[in-house]
Amino acid sequence: MNDTHLKERENILSEANKARWDLGIDLHDTVIESIYEDASRIARKAVKQKGEKAAYALDLRIDKIVTSRWLGFPIMFLLLALVFWLTVTGANYPSGLLASFLIDYMHPILKGVAASIHMPWWLDGVLIDGAYLAMAWVIAVMLPPMAIFFPLFTLLEDLGYLPRVAFNMDSLFRKAGAHGKQALTMSMGFGCNAAGVIAARVIDSPRERLIAIITNNFSLCNGRWPTQILIASIFIGGLVPAQLASVVSAGAVVGIAVLGIFFSLVVSWGLSKSVLRGEASAFSLELPPYRPPRIWQTLYTSLIDRTIIVLWRAVIFAVPAGIVIWLVANVHIGELSLAEYFIQWSNPFAFVFGLNGVILLAYIIAIPANEIVIPTILMLTVLITGANGVGAGTGVIFELNSVGDTANILHAGGWTLLTGLNLMLFSLLHNPCSTTIYTIFKETRSVKWTVVSTFLPIVLGFMVCFFTTQIWYLFFV
Amino acid sequence: MSNSNNCDNCPVHNKENLIKLGLNMEQVDYVITMAGNPNTGKSTVFNNLTGLHQHTGNWPGKTVSRAEGGFIYNEKRYKVVDLPGTYSLLSTSTDEEVARNFILFGQPDVTVIVVDATRLERNLNLALQILEITDRAVLCLNLMDEAKRNNIEIDERALSKELGIPVIPASARRKEGMKELLAAIEEVAAGKYVCKPHKIKSRSIKLNNAISSLASKLAEQFPNLPNLNWVALRLLEGDNSIIEAVQSGELGSINAGDSTVQL
Repeated sequence: MNDTHLKERENILSEANKARWDLGIDLHDTVIESIYEDASRIARKAVKQKGEKAAYALDLRIDKIVTSRWLGFPIMFLLLALVFWLTVTGANYPSGLLASFLIDYMHPILKGVAASIHMPWWLDGVLIDGAYLAMAWVIAVMLPPMAIFFPLFTLLEDLGYLPRVAFNMDSLFRKAGAHGKQALTMSMGFGCNAAGVIAARVIDSPRERLIAIITNNFSLCNGRWPTQILIASIFIGGLVPAQLASVVSAGAVVGIAVLGIFFSLVVSWGLSKSVLRGEASAFSLELPPYRPPRIWQTLYTSLIDRTIIVLWRAVIFAVPAGIVIWLVANVHIGELSLAEYFIQWSNPFAFVFGLNGVILLAYIIAIPANEIVIPTILMLTVLITGANGVGAGTGVIFELNSVGDTANILHAGGWTLLTGLNLMLFSLLHNPCSTTIYTIFKETRSVKWTVVSTFLPIVLGFMVCFFTTQIWYLFFV
Repeated sequence: MSNSNNCDNCPVHNKENLIKLGLNMEQVDYVITMAGNPNTGKSTVFNNLTGLHQHTGNWPGKTVSRAEGGFIYNEKRYKVVDLPGTYSLLSTSTDEEVARNFILFGQPDVTVIVVDATRLERNLNLALQILEITDRAVLCLNLMDEAKRNNIEIDERALSKELGIPVIPASARRKEGMKELLAAIEEVAAGKYVCKPHKIKSRSIKLNNAISSLASKLAEQFPNLPNLNWVALRLLEGDNSIIEAVQSGELGSINAGDSTVQL
């Protein structure tokens, strides 16, 4: 029974095969042509163009400017810098408010409650000094910049600016042997690398899609923007007079972001000349009309859609990480805590790269979420320098009331401009977070490419930090 | 009741009949799908109908996988599937295949074709291809506000007559035309409006003969398949994914109304 069906089906296919030869090789083209013919006939009947396409002409004029050979990139960088500058200057004050509420006010209350119900010291430590403070820190540091950055970015997106970015970047990506749409997935990566990796589905060719996935991590994601912004404010902004500090810090962050784009191009080029050899395929990119953004709707959806969801994820990862931080700082073997063992052991290795053991440990703890790198670094630094007068005690993530306090801690931990610079570079060039790694595996279904995507950036990161450090010593020491 | 305002009685204007269900899609009566070129506002229409906040953005290719949501209209439960935007159903990129497979194998009760009124001709290319696969569709003529801004006038009646399906002008971003769209979706879903979808006219006799010969053979094997001519044409063109679906008999698994076909 099944056999006869199978045979029937084979018969149909062989008849189709035979007819295909009769119909000639241009069958596909004539089929498409006849569709186009009908479409154009129907459109002629139904559409009437009265007078000029006024709005369209304006679109064209704007496009001439923002995609022009000379002005395209400067305009792009200026817009990016403007967005960061607004984020840097706007986020500081609300961050302070949140911190003083969640940490200065709420934390002692929770400690008081714990004491009044005679909670054991270790449980109190794990829950309140570990989990709660990590969560509070993430909210205070992440929420204000995200609430400013995401709506601004979404406004640019709604306006229709992203496809123009892709248009500008297209020739660069093509020269690198990658797909022009990679500019779009790269832009998505500036929000979240996992989202950028999924967005690579718009690229048809498997080779080019793989390149887009592997290089997406070079787009600074929202988990890394706060690190960049804070470290730039302390170490780069600190180099210039106060009035210029925010502009210079924003410039430094743009510099790192542009460096990320540069690495994205270079690595794409390297891959397409070696293991993923091939020509860039052509594609057509439609420049959509500029549409006046719907401001309130954008604010609403970018707050709900992105800010809250991303923040929620960060909180979920911060809670267990906070517990781990408290544990490694409080579980002692002999004289030293686990954290101190690791830091002392890895310091000589880390110094070669202009980093330190604290940073390495922080990046291991923060694999689930880049957001918690800075809190972890601060806590560990206090722990090993034994700095007093700040924070609540051993292994407690504390909040600092100003950028200045954070700076003091880091300087006490032996940080220099070089350490700050290397941290910014390493934050750009290190392994993707665990969510992104998992997404890469889901998208590629390949252990090999997941491993490549994970370790390629971290190897690059160590190389770049190494050379930066050696050059620094050559010239400044 | 008899004295009340006419608009309250007219199904078209009875907004209270719409209950947005978000992600709750249990026991649906009808499955509808949104298809169309990239950046025509499918996701915006989808959000208006379901009350969800699927991220929308002004760039082509934003929706890469399917999004689903639900609503109740006039006491019927609908499930809506938002498909990635494509320029055609012919080639084999991932997003085009997702869209095509859903319309072909998912057999939605109504396919809402969302088109950009300012680029009608180009958008019709896809609309005509969709009408070859399914005969139950509604054309949502979106971005009418922009068409007006560009002094473009569209004769909806002529368009509807040519395509053989309801044509609803809309500006989804301003939530205009949504009630009319719902009414049209309901009419097609319930079979009150019988579509006579446009079939491509300018084809050679030889090709048409080959199509009908293959289609009659396919009919014996896959008796419930509604789009035999289209499948026949794809076979003639040597479309690998369709050839495989015929060979494995997978094409027939939709006969039994089996909704668990893996896409």
